[in-house]
Amino acid sequence: MTKQLSRRGFIKGGLAGTVAVSVLKDKETQAGHHFEGYPDAMGVVVDLTRCVGCRSCEAACNKEQGLPEPAEPFDDFSVFDHMHHGQKRRTDETRYTVVNRYEVPGLDHPLFRKKQCFHCNEPACLTSCFVNAYTKTPEGAVIYNPKVCVGCRTCMIACPFYIPTFKYSSAFKPRIMKCIFCYDTRLKEGKPPACVEACPQEALTFGKRSDMLEVAHQRIRMEPGKYIDHVYGEHEAGGTSWMYLSPAPFDQVGLSTNVPSEPVLNYVKGFLAIVPMVLTIWPALFAGFHLLSTRKDRIKELQNDENQEG
Amino acid sequence: MKKFSASNPAIPIVDQVKPDGSKWTLKEKLWLGLTPQEYKAQFFRNWVNWLMLGVFAVGIPIILQRYIFGLASVTHASNDYPWGLFLGFGLFGMVPLSASGFMLGTTVEIFGRKDFIPIERLALLNGLLGYFFAVLFLEVDLGMPWRLPYPMFVSLGPAAVLFLVAWHVATYLSVQIAELVPAFGEWSGWLKGKRWVKSISIGLVISGIILSTLHQGALGALFTYAPGKVHPLWYSAEFQWIHFFCSSIFAGLSMVIVSSTLCKWTLKWRADDRFLNSVDNLTIGLGKGCSYAMITYLVIKIIAVAHDQEWEYLLTGWGQYYLLELGVGVFLPMCLFAVAVKNRKAGIVRFAALISVLGIIWNRLNTSMIAFNWDLYAEIPHWKEIWITITIYSLYFLTYRFILYRLPILYEWKGEK
Repeated sequence: MTKQLSRRGFIKGGLAGTVAVSVLKDKETQAGHHFEGYPDAMGVVVDLTRCVGCRSCEAACNKEQGLPEPAEPFDDFSVFDHMHHGQKRRTDETRYTVVNRYEVPGLDHPLFRKKQCFHCNEPACLTSCFVNAYTKTPEGAVIYNPKVCVGCRTCMIACPFYIPTFKYSSAFKPRIMKCIFCYDTRLKEGKPPACVEACPQEALTFGKRSDMLEVAHQRIRMEPGKYIDHVYGEHEAGGTSWMYLSPAPFDQVGLSTNVPSEPVLNYVKGFLAIVPMVLTIWPALFAGFHLLSTRKDRIKELQNDENQEG
Repeated sequence: MKKFSASNPAIPIVDQVKPDGSKWTLKEKLWLGLTPQEYKAQFFRNWVNWLMLGVFAVGIPIILQRYIFGLASVTHASNDYPWGLFLGFGLFGMVPLSASGFMLGTTVEIFGRKDFIPIERLALLNGLLGYFFAVLFLEVDLGMPWRLPYPMFVSLGPAAVLFLVAWHVATYLSVQIAELVPAFGEWSGWLKGKRWVKSISIGLVISGIILSTLHQGALGALFTYAPGKVHPLWYSAEFQWIHFFCSSIFAGLSMVIVSSTLCKWTLKWRADDRFLNSVDNLTIGLGKGCSYAMITYLVIKIIAVAHDQEWEYLLTGWGQYYLLELGVGVFLPMCLFAVAVKNRKAGIVRFAALISVLGIIWNRLNTSMIAFNWDLYAEIPHWKEIWITITIYSLYFLTYRFILYRLPILYEWKGEK
């Protein structure tokens, strides 16, 4: 727990530091507190060339997390045709992970992609949360504390991957519902999450994030024609614990290429840096304006006083 | 009311004592000096009240439904669009329109423009109620509204932009309540409070400026958390907070113009000559401020497009929509303001202010809902969501009018001050 808190403290301290020092010295702090992720964070490589769309991971997740039974059983593959507002299936309050099918032009077979929380190194949900409901654990999981959540849903606005969902159906116990890397039941003890263990195709490979990055690049090197030469998640949103290898361009398998290559927090720092400036400069500035604009009245008052005395 | 004041010279109430020397009781003051029968008669004679009753008849059951069965029962419960009308209109729209309090406070107290005093209290009230009802909208939208004080006292996340919004809106609400203590003090006879507030008024106004700069900007900065989700033309990591802050200046001023116009037209009985004789000139003065703020806003909007190299977006459909928003919502009222101020035409200023108020709401809805998820799909709010929004806004209108009927906002208190 102390370790987890220190992560939070790190960000807070870092921000306060940036903010304080940026007034004096802008450039150094920018590079000074960039968070590279925990060294021992775990990760998963998802290899789309191996996934056959069996939905075993969905079933395993549902069981492990005690989520409600879905309307269609997990061996029903018609769900791949389900569309909502022209969009393929997404995570919601009943499912932390979904597999979608993508028809890619030029390929004789469809591709399947599993979708779940990416567990960013510097998560946008965490940095945008004003009640500290999120924690990035040293093991790499981004977990959520429903006891302090207010339900403002800023994390859902901030997440570049559209992952956190809200339990809108509940009036008295709503909460954010999202994949937590099976932190409580598995990751904490060093075990892989349920979905990885359930995968019959070894499409999901679990290990230390740094090793997984190595594995991913190794696969690209070994069979150069097979993959797009990019590991999705190495840099996206500042680096994520879950990473993807794909034989087709990433935007054709539903992975947005609009996601910035740095943490979302970097886009907000510009505003955070002006806060102390406004707090220090404004009072003096406007008190000065006040004195200036009422100067003539003051002089008049003084003259009147003198006249009366004289 | 005109009828009653013609037959009874004592009303409208402007003093602690009646013409015969006895004191008005609090109850009489609340009833506006009318008998309950008379009060009822004037209430039901007004068609606006019937309209409000109609809105509430449907709206209150839906609001109850929201609190008993959850947000999913009144909204589309979208995970792609976590923020709908309650925040898009209620928070992001209401807050800039309520910048009037700190704008007029600054004009009168800081810049010493005493000529704006007749309209200062209206601007302060407009600000206070706007913020209060923005919080009420938030309470409809929050998943766990009973946890509103959590970011203040229970679990603090000070590195988040919303943390700043929460603290600043809360502090600023108390500042605005303090700024209206004089009006309440005169009306209720609580003069001690009034004198104390007068002694710290400069401090209140300056803290109002600081808090407003930061939280108006912070509302914009909330969207900087969504690069790639908000259309690039409505998104600017560097300028978002300046856009929101700068546009709140003319939004607040325009809202006071609209509100004072309604007062001039429908609340003549409650206003005194000081207000009625100066309101046209003041409207022109405010219009001048609006046109300056608008040209500044337009320039930094263009700078943001240039800074982020977004010229080619202007040629797309989104670009045309963006230009339409700026053209109709900002450029048109800006020109109208300029022409009207030059020719001293208060009527045109009023028309321009109305466009500018609608324009700012349009801008906030564009940023929070229409240009948000621009490459996904469009989300059309559930009719119940729209109705709840109208219901809360009607409540805002009624509260606003309730206070204007009573407190010395549009008139000077004749009694002890």
